[in-house]
Amino acid sequence: MSTDPGTIFVGEHFMSGDEACAEGAIAAGCSFFGGYPITPTSELQERLSRRLPQVGRLFVQFEDEIASMAAIVGASCAGAKAMTATSGPGFSLMQENIGLAFMMEVPCVVVNIQRGGPSTGLPTLLAQGDMMQVRFGSHGDYDVIAYAPSSPQEIFDCTIKAFNAAEKYRTPVFVMGDELVAHMTERVVIPPLEKIELVERKRPEAASADGFLPFKAEDDLIPPMAIAGDGYKIHVTGLTHNEKGYPHIDPDTHDQMLSRMLRKIKDHRDEIIEYEEIELQDAEIVLVTYGSTARSALRALRLAREKGIKVGMLRLITPWPFPGQKIEEIKGAELIVPEVNAGQMAREIERWARKPIHRVNRLGGAPIHPQEIMNRIEEVA
Amino acid sequence: MIMIDLTINEKQLERTERKLLGPEPKVPRGQVYIITERCKECGFCWTFCPMDVLEKSELSNVKGYHYPRVKDGKETACINCETCTLICPEFAIYTERIDEE
Amino acid sequence: MPVNLQGSPEIKTDQHPDDAYLRKDRLPHIWCPGCGIGIGVKAYIEALKLSKIPLNRQVVVSGIGCTGRVAGYLNLDSYHTTHGRAIPFASGMKLVNPDLEVTVFSGDLFSIGGNHFIHAARRNVGINVICCNNFNYGMTGGQVGPTTPTGAFTLTSPYGNVEDGFNLPYVAAAAGAVFVSRWTTLHFRNLRDAILRAFGKRGFTFIEVVSPCPTAFGRRNEFPDGLDEMEWYRNNSVIDHRAELVEIGLAMKKDSRIVVGNFVDIERPTSMDHYQQVLHRAQGEQR
Repeated sequence: MSTDPGTIFVGEHFMSGDEACAEGAIAAGCSFFGGYPITPTSELQERLSRRLPQVGRLFVQFEDEIASMAAIVGASCAGAKAMTATSGPGFSLMQENIGLAFMMEVPCVVVNIQRGGPSTGLPTLLAQGDMMQVRFGSHGDYDVIAYAPSSPQEIFDCTIKAFNAAEKYRTPVFVMGDELVAHMTERVVIPPLEKIELVERKRPEAASADGFLPFKAEDDLIPPMAIAGDGYKIHVTGLTHNEKGYPHIDPDTHDQMLSRMLRKIKDHRDEIIEYEEIELQDAEIVLVTYGSTARSALRALRLAREKGIKVGMLRLITPWPFPGQKIEEIKGAELIVPEVNAGQMAREIERWARKPIHRVNRLGGAPIHPQEIMNRIEEVA
Repeated sequence: MIMIDLTINEKQLERTERKLLGPEPKVPRGQVYIITERCKECGFCWTFCPMDVLEKSELSNVKGYHYPRVKDGKETACINCETCTLICPEFAIYTERIDEE
Repeated sequence: MPVNLQGSPEIKTDQHPDDAYLRKDRLPHIWCPGCGIGIGVKAYIEALKLSKIPLNRQVVVSGIGCTGRVAGYLNLDSYHTTHGRAIPFASGMKLVNPDLEVTVFSGDLFSIGGNHFIHAARRNVGINVICCNNFNYGMTGGQVGPTTPTGAFTLTSPYGNVEDGFNLPYVAAAAGAVFVSRWTTLHFRNLRDAILRAFGKRGFTFIEVVSPCPTAFGRRNEFPDGLDEMEWYRNNSVIDHRAELVEIGLAMKKDSRIVVGNFVDIERPTSMDHYQQVLHRAQGEQR
């Protein structure tokens, strides 16, 4: 399913993260959005409800987030590039079917514009409290690709990357926005289609259904994906299955199946992981940060450098898969991890750094002021 | 009170007699096939066969289920009604029509 | 093929004419002796044969449970999804590719799946829903479910069920289904015809298949054998296409009736019709 260049909202715009994410989905070729309203994604969904039909695509509001996630998995099985968007409470509801998407190896994109939690929390205010949930929220072992954009431009770019990663690796991919990025309004440049790289899922080359094994991977550990109606007569199940797709409740089959699916992402980390390095070369203190907090951290970095403190920043664009090796490289420096939560990515950073790190936390509701980070820098320096 | 005349006269009876429009209809003949290893001895086929063709066999399959057999003397009784074919949950029995249509 | 008009006893074979529709390498299937789900599958296959829809376009989506295993035995594109969520999964497929004939086979569509059922019916999404109702949760051993009749004994209603079960055709019709039907596994031809009719209908169709479950439900209630329950269907079922839906709840007692039939067969704009309207309006309006 190729994207019609006429659908893309080309140009320089002044738009919010929610709106930019919606346009990113359209630019990526999203042909099915299934969602349920939840603050702070409502503007994203409302924009898609207007824009998707304009470009001949489907927007459906479902009865709840569980239905939304199930529907986008089904839609993708029928060939669509499918997406949903939600926040914390809805994300919790979606976990079971996220596991289904992983198990069935179905490409789809889940946008979580994080807000204050737990439970109903702070519906209209910032937090970054779902960072561990995106990695471990569903039951069982699975691996995750998640992007954390820091600006409306970046959420546009990351949404397209998320669709591409989903198609390439046949897995659900997450865009972990936050309320601040979603509601801030900034310049967003949307290029024409010929400047956007889009990836489509691998399709089978087999001539017929006879002998076709829907879950037999190629050398890249990714099986080509048969779409419903292609004629391959595949069986796809959430139960542990063999290469034929048939359920097989057996420890060895489980081992083979699950280890391949885990390696599918792990072995491609180098292609997937993205981060931004700012003034790391001589840094004695490194701010490791992501999402909207990176904006405050950048300001603090500039303030510190003015005072002659050698501060650098590592901004995680893909918090998952986690760039553990990069942390190992920089662990000589003092690591400061500001997050709007009780310390989530900090755990992972500490794990790789193998030494205590410094946390700057706000539990939710407002961004961390650059001065708070600056204060910690001065304490540590 | 209204009295309704329920007597039927002979002429009406003649008109309502069914007239055969073609040759005498033929009752089909069927051959029973059994896939013994799939049978689970549910008993539906031999209970619901309208011609009472089937019964439980003394023999059993590898799982110990007694599959059906055609009763002695009923080898020509199957009329290919397909009841057993349609009612077997196991896809373990079917018939095929063996006379000409 | 031996043709012996003199008469011959049964011929033993290892192939069935329907094997092309089944994943033969997975037979015999897991359902118990006396379970009616296999009859539902057979009726579905008969409908597939009579339908003009090419097999490549037929898709089966199932949930979790004994009926949920139907997807695994049919040689079609088949999806065995999460508990209660077959209907939104199927809706996503159908909305994306309306050329697919999507059929949901499920058991518990009404407890964990209830919300999705009523909304898909309300929206009139063009999927067929076949619900094998055996009055309990069979796969997990036989717990009480949303269709368990009052007084019935199950593993989680050991003192007798004190709640009332759903009257499924009533719920389906009220939610907006355009075709509502109930047959028992004894009415195999009517069932086949109902499924065929469902294939031809635009919109959300619902067929309840009343089925024995001797291992879990039947033997704890009045039907120790699948055969007992099938014979009871024979003696106690009544075909009434014009029945008052509110009155046809199932008590599943030896002295009660089962009313079967094709109760609702109407036309209503489908969800695709509605979305076409949206597309039309959106494209008429310039940004």
